[in-house]
Amino acid sequence: MGLLDQEFSDSNIVITKAEDLLNWARLSSLWQLGFGLACCAIEMMATSASHYDFDRFGVIPRPSPRQSDIIIISGTVTLKMALRIKRLYEQMPDPKYIISMGSCSNCGGPYWEHGYHVLKGVDRVIPVDVYVPGCPPRPEALLEGLLKLQEKIRTESLSKKSA
Amino acid sequence: MKKADEILELLKSNFPDLPIEMDSETPTEPIISVPPKEIDKIGVFLRDNEELLFDSLMCLSGVDDANGEKIKEADESESIKGGTLSVYYHLHSTSLKHKITLKVSTERESPEVESVEGVWKTADWHEREAYDMFGIIFLNHPNLQRILMPYDWDAGYPLRKDYKNPEFYKGMKVPY
Repeated sequence: MGLLDQEFSDSNIVITKAEDLLNWARLSSLWQLGFGLACCAIEMMATSASHYDFDRFGVIPRPSPRQSDIIIISGTVTLKMALRIKRLYEQMPDPKYIISMGSCSNCGGPYWEHGYHVLKGVDRVIPVDVYVPGCPPRPEALLEGLLKLQEKIRTESLSKKSA
Repeated sequence: MKKADEILELLKSNFPDLPIEMDSETPTEPIISVPPKEIDKIGVFLRDNEELLFDSLMCLSGVDDANGEKIKEADESESIKGGTLSVYYHLHSTSLKHKITLKVSTERESPEVESVEGVWKTADWHEREAYDMFGIIFLNHPNLQRILMPYDWDAGYPLRKDYKNPEFYKGMKVPY
């Protein structure tokens, strides 16, 4: 159900549903909050850099949560940081999406038992859309996670937010 | 360049009233034990004496010796009563190229050690960390507050051997 399936080639007209158009616009420019936590953030930066080029999917880092659509939790979420992540998430305008990147933010990772300072999964404070496994995940895995999120957004409905 | 026993002799002759001992049995390095309330004066001496010139505090770390009485709690966990907490000081002289390790031990129930922040500025954050992780009070420290854990952490000191993690912190479940 691509947006351009019903294009009329001679007169620059596209017929589509408003919902599909909105979803297409949203998934094609997921501006990301410039926010990194630990070693996963290094892989996230590599994903943004020229070789993997996050920008080809419309992902551009923004310095403010108020201009961001997506926050990638890239690393260990300590109890101290969890409160700040929650605040950043609350400062983002709707619609907003979350990718949890790496074992630490998925479930606590190597700190699951003796990490007295680590939150065992960022989904204990904010709702996660896509979990990317790995320690840390390679850039390809993060790209896969983003594509999964895009698929999720493509099937979203105006009346009911599914992602 | 001075050997550990020469440094010990210098210390003993300058502080004849203090119980200063050396443990040479440790396989890695000789450790000189000094009293916790006098470590600042000993530090100044080690730093300024022309034969020693220990200008660099490489590391300061807290240790839970866990040598007190172990008490079984009702929920199978263990708590420790009595015994000591220790602080280790690794010193280096950048000009004379020698090293030494100092140790102070203090009571677990009221762990008080004199601060060496005034001797080596490095000690500022190191002592805050030892306070944060073990609850060792450094007397005359300019800003003794938690450095790694949240400022309002009230569940104790995480690196003590009988530490128990709380069930919740600010509404967030802590255990796995």
